[in-house]
Amino acid sequence: MSSIAGDGARLEHFVAPEPFAPYESEELSAEQERFYRASAWQVMWWKFKRHRVAVVAALILAIFYGSTLVSEVLAPYELHSRDSRHIFAPPQRVHFFHDGSFVGPFVYGYSMKLNMEALIREYTPDTSKVQPLRFFCQGDEYEFWDLFTASFHLVCPAQGGTAFLLGTDRLGRDLLSRIIYGTRVSLTIGLLGIVVSFLIGITLGGISGYFGGWIDNVIQRFIEMVRAFPELPLWMALSAALPVTWSPILIYFGITIILGLLDWPGLARAVRSKLLALREEDFATAAVLMGARPSRVIGRHLLPSFTSHLIASATLSVPGMILGETALSFLGIGLRPPVTSWGVLLNEAQNINVVALYPWLMLCVVPVFVTVLAFNFMGDGLRDAADPYK
Amino acid sequence: MLNYTIHRILIMIPTLLMISLVTFTVIKLPPGDFLSNQIAELQSQGDKQALEKAEFLREQYGLDKPFIEQYATWVGIWPGARGYSGLIQGDWGWSFEYDLPVKDVVGDRLMLSFILNFTTILFTWAVAFPIGVYTAVRQYSWADHSLTFLGYVGLATPNFLFALVLMYFANVQFGLSIGGIMEPQYLGQSWSWDKALSVANHLWIPVIVIGTSGTAGMIRRLRANLLDELQKQYVVTAKAKGMPPLRRLIKYPLRMSLNPFIADIGNLLPSVISGSAIVAVVLSLQTSGPMLLDALQSQDQYLAGSFLMFLSLLAAIGMFISDLLLAALDPRIRLSGGVAK
Repeated sequence: MSSIAGDGARLEHFVAPEPFAPYESEELSAEQERFYRASAWQVMWWKFKRHRVAVVAALILAIFYGSTLVSEVLAPYELHSRDSRHIFAPPQRVHFFHDGSFVGPFVYGYSMKLNMEALIREYTPDTSKVQPLRFFCQGDEYEFWDLFTASFHLVCPAQGGTAFLLGTDRLGRDLLSRIIYGTRVSLTIGLLGIVVSFLIGITLGGISGYFGGWIDNVIQRFIEMVRAFPELPLWMALSAALPVTWSPILIYFGITIILGLLDWPGLARAVRSKLLALREEDFATAAVLMGARPSRVIGRHLLPSFTSHLIASATLSVPGMILGETALSFLGIGLRPPVTSWGVLLNEAQNINVVALYPWLMLCVVPVFVTVLAFNFMGDGLRDAADPYK
Repeated sequence: MLNYTIHRILIMIPTLLMISLVTFTVIKLPPGDFLSNQIAELQSQGDKQALEKAEFLREQYGLDKPFIEQYATWVGIWPGARGYSGLIQGDWGWSFEYDLPVKDVVGDRLMLSFILNFTTILFTWAVAFPIGVYTAVRQYSWADHSLTFLGYVGLATPNFLFALVLMYFANVQFGLSIGGIMEPQYLGQSWSWDKALSVANHLWIPVIVIGTSGTAGMIRRLRANLLDELQKQYVVTAKAKGMPPLRRLIKYPLRMSLNPFIADIGNLLPSVISGSAIVAVVLSLQTSGPMLLDALQSQDQYLAGSFLMFLSLLAAIGMFISDLLLAALDPRIRLSGGVAK
């Protein structure tokens, strides 16, 4: 093969002087080689990274979830600390310059007077009271994760001053602190709900897709029925059925289960359609022939082939749960104080008269909005990345 | 088509039975019932006459009977104290809190709920269709980007929060109060031209509020479907042989992408009904939402049950219609006789 044959003897015998590389045309560049050798997860990560918005969304969520670990430290006040002299106080703006000179971050104190005609308290910033914020400071005492007592805060109001950056509610509690504490409950409830929904969805979808036949038919009809239920009214009915005597923590778990109870049909369908295809694959047949039980075939061999899809679809259904909890608590049939979630906080903003007078009570809408949007963007990114070889 | 319709109706019967069973179970879940609470209270007060009435009602509605018998009586497939009288016969039961038959308490709330949900679906279609088509045809134009972004925002905004914010701005900026579904003086009146007009005047706000998220979702799906179709070879062929653009769009790709659009009602309806329930509470519309909430909280079981049943029924019927439409549109579904998806 090292010579080129011509048509007979007339052509001179020719040997190319260059070294011969038979696989030259198939050679991979370093980059390609990296791509082909990388594990599926690695490729997914590369693909996910290219989706800028999704990465930003993931960062935001990471910050939010990270904050739930140290809510007590981040919040300037304790969850239940009341300031009876500042009820329904408007947000205080953070300033840096006072009378043209730099002071650092500070707020102006309030001067309050009662408006006897409208029967409301009127607060105005009092520019003579300069109250610099303190950082890494000792403030309200709190129980850190109910483990030990501490009083270390990231930000505190000035000694004897106030720092209600988002205003206060009807009991004079700092809204910002309450939102920070509420994050813990609001964000975790979606995750726990997903766990419930996953358990049901994967089990039913797995059985349905793996066995097929009449079992599949029955489960499919059942799924269709559950999907036909309007979620919220049923959620309302179920959470209204939670006994009043339950402790807040039981209610919390009750709500997560209720949220997960209606969310699984979409997931079950996805699992089923994937399994229907996958169970015909050789590796599945091999597993069956080697005597693996259905639960092992499904759990060990089939499900891992589309874990990434499952994760993506889970991400996309978390916001629904967060919204569900917010809606229920907003209506007053979800979580109950003293458990604080964004929905519980919004419950106070239910009355339009209150909202018109004290619009800052509506600020809890912002974290809900940001979280839901972030979850949607991240879920989109994950879904695109879930099929990295496309 | 007839075959398919019959098939679909037959499937609906067990579905409705299951829905009613779930509904009844759910409203029975809380321990105790309205009447036994009331009876306990009346006993402590010693109000003999009221006590007798409560006992009478308890017997009438068989609240002391076993669960399955109560359920069967409620549906109307088992004779209760008043013979066969249940949902099937059009008897919705008794509202203990209002001390009236559920039918009278509900009034035209069910009708208003229906109108609200129906209008919302129409709105969703009317808005999503042109925008979806436009964004697909002009992919990556600035209009596509901004509309897609708006869609995301609409998708992420929980509609009750949107309602709250909208109400706040209407109140503060324009001094409007946008609550209610009609002028208060028409409440409880029989239907007249003026009343209908008043409803129409108030309807658009909840319709927009409830419709946004569904619209956003639908735009995204329609756009994705249409984009898939637009890349196919038959479109290229049509282009190559010189078909004018509009006709090229309408003749094939649009028709193909319509299919999921209609199948979507099945997804859309439950979420619209959910949305309308809570938005109705926020905007204090006189539809089923707020009263359902009250009834649930006071354990007024038949009232709550009727609303739940009605809302689920609405969703089930909507899905039924969407399946029929889909079958009419797509011979593959009609001929295989299977359930459309």
